[in-house]
Amino acid sequence: MTEATQPAVIDERVKEISSFRKALIRPELGGICGTILVFIFFFLTAADSGMFSAKGVMNWSVVSAQFAIIAVGACLLMIAGEFDLSVGSMIGFAGISIAILSVQLGLPMWFAIIATFVLCIALGGLNGWLVIKTGLPSFIVTLAFLYILRGLTIFAAISTTRKTIIGGVKDAAEGDWLAPLFGAKVFTGFFQWLADMGLIDTFTRGVKKGMPVVEGVPMLIIWAIGLIVFGHILLTRTRFGNWIFASGGDARAATYVGVPVNRVKIVMFMFTAFCATIFATCQVMEFGSAGADRGLLKEFEAIISVVIGGALLTGGYGSVIGAALGALIFGVVQQGLFFAGVESSLFRVFLGVILLMAVILNTYIRRMITGEK
Amino acid sequence: MSQPIIQMKNIEKHFGSVIALNGVSVDIHAGECHCLLGDNGAGKSTFIKTMSGVHKPTRGEILFEGKPLNFSRPRDAIEAGIATVYQDLAMIPLMSVSRNFFMGNEPIKKFGPFKLFDHHHANEVTMEEMERMGIHLRGPDQAVGTLSGGERQTVAIARAVHFGAKVLILDEPTSALGVRQTANVLATIDKVRKMGIAVVFITHNVRHALAVGDRFTVLNRGKTFGTATRGEVTPEELQDMMAGGKELATLEGILHGTV
Repeated sequence: MTEATQPAVIDERVKEISSFRKALIRPELGGICGTILVFIFFFLTAADSGMFSAKGVMNWSVVSAQFAIIAVGACLLMIAGEFDLSVGSMIGFAGISIAILSVQLGLPMWFAIIATFVLCIALGGLNGWLVIKTGLPSFIVTLAFLYILRGLTIFAAISTTRKTIIGGVKDAAEGDWLAPLFGAKVFTGFFQWLADMGLIDTFTRGVKKGMPVVEGVPMLIIWAIGLIVFGHILLTRTRFGNWIFASGGDARAATYVGVPVNRVKIVMFMFTAFCATIFATCQVMEFGSAGADRGLLKEFEAIISVVIGGALLTGGYGSVIGAALGALIFGVVQQGLFFAGVESSLFRVFLGVILLMAVILNTYIRRMITGEK
Repeated sequence: MSQPIIQMKNIEKHFGSVIALNGVSVDIHAGECHCLLGDNGAGKSTFIKTMSGVHKPTRGEILFEGKPLNFSRPRDAIEAGIATVYQDLAMIPLMSVSRNFFMGNEPIKKFGPFKLFDHHHANEVTMEEMERMGIHLRGPDQAVGTLSGGERQTVAIARAVHFGAKVLILDEPTSALGVRQTANVLATIDKVRKMGIAVVFITHNVRHALAVGDRFTVLNRGKTFGTATRGEVTPEELQDMMAGGKELATLEGILHGTV
């Protein structure tokens, strides 16, 4: 044993790690490489298809932002060691809830939105509470909620309107103070200026003649960026972030040193529900209608984005930036194949392959971190 | 000797019809290494879990610094200054050493209205405290998973000491370690004791106990055979008491006295 006062002695058994390997031991690495590869691929195959025109960029940005919003919630929850398979059903439920409250019951739109947020976050909390109280895997508990919420959503829509799609939300949102926070477009002046300068295309015919093809940035994208920044800072720069890692890494060890593991997990379930509700509200405001079948399979798309972004399915490791890159890859590929004129069924093949590659890479990286064989 | 920091008086603990502890009394003093010896099932784990607030005793009294004590959860014990280091549950392998070190006690730096995790401070303190225990880390962001078992125990001990433990309970810290790592952990225990902290060292290895122990209490079938002071007792006597004497003597005959 060396005395403590000695200067740092190099342990001859610890190999120096090259900066390349150090760079490799980052959860975002797979996401960064994937993003670069995907962009190179589409630059080569679809550059002249309009994919990288202003309209094209906005097209895949919106799709990526949709994935990113639910991926941030799924990412933090997965790092805390749990899953939520009810995200997709929650999206449908939240949309129908807003439509019924505002269009059917004639309540003000701001009230419908706030009430839906409260209701959905409470349901997320219930999910978490059940997982903690029963000690069952969150996979099973939230799978039950996948069916319960979807069934309730369809029942509520049919029993109030005899339809599964409720329209008229745009009219109901007219003049409301809260609705633009989800449905408006921002920086419209900037895009008009770009169009006037001839930097982006304008409509050449019809009522919109002279207006830019891209009017502005939808609030959906602003929400996505906001949530990514918030999630990243929360995870890496706060005390609560350390608790998220600890809860997912080893709940018992974390409990022994005083981390409120149950509270962390329940709050993360509520946050996931919050993200799903943001997604739903933006979608309802954009389409002007709510559908009981909206959000189908979104829970898996969120989980895939998170895994592509380098998080471990077993919890305790991952990155919000990675999840956001995963969502970007997802969005770019889905829309890019359309631009490239590829048969859209191949998208799923591609998705499966990229998921498999991501999981294999993640497992390898984890072994490097923990030094397991 | 001064007043004991913890007095456990006639502790009984029943789990349904099973009597895990049947009247155990032990005094722990500051600055001593008190070894708690016993075979598997002797009641060692139940005893330390009672001391650290995980279990409530069925009967008996715990005095901490002379005052009667009633822990309702482990956090109470930690706040009072009783820290427990569990053999396999001390650290989270995927997290960095400094994140582990401050887990549950994260340092906060104010950034406007926001409270942020002060990584700079955390990293500095972690490196410093690990140096004090004689472990040279590659960096504070090194994942705990890359450390050896002995190093992980040392991080957990350093963490408990840094956060003001007055009593440090070590649950079989050496049982899964190699020779060199065991020596490192025993040296760490010695350092901690010299800082004036009471160490409760649970083991079933008599040689490890004799290497650092000041006093020895042997548990057998939920009872204690009393406490012996260093020099008063031979390794053979301790070994016999742990195993209940007779059967081991027969076994030792078969194994030619090598156990």
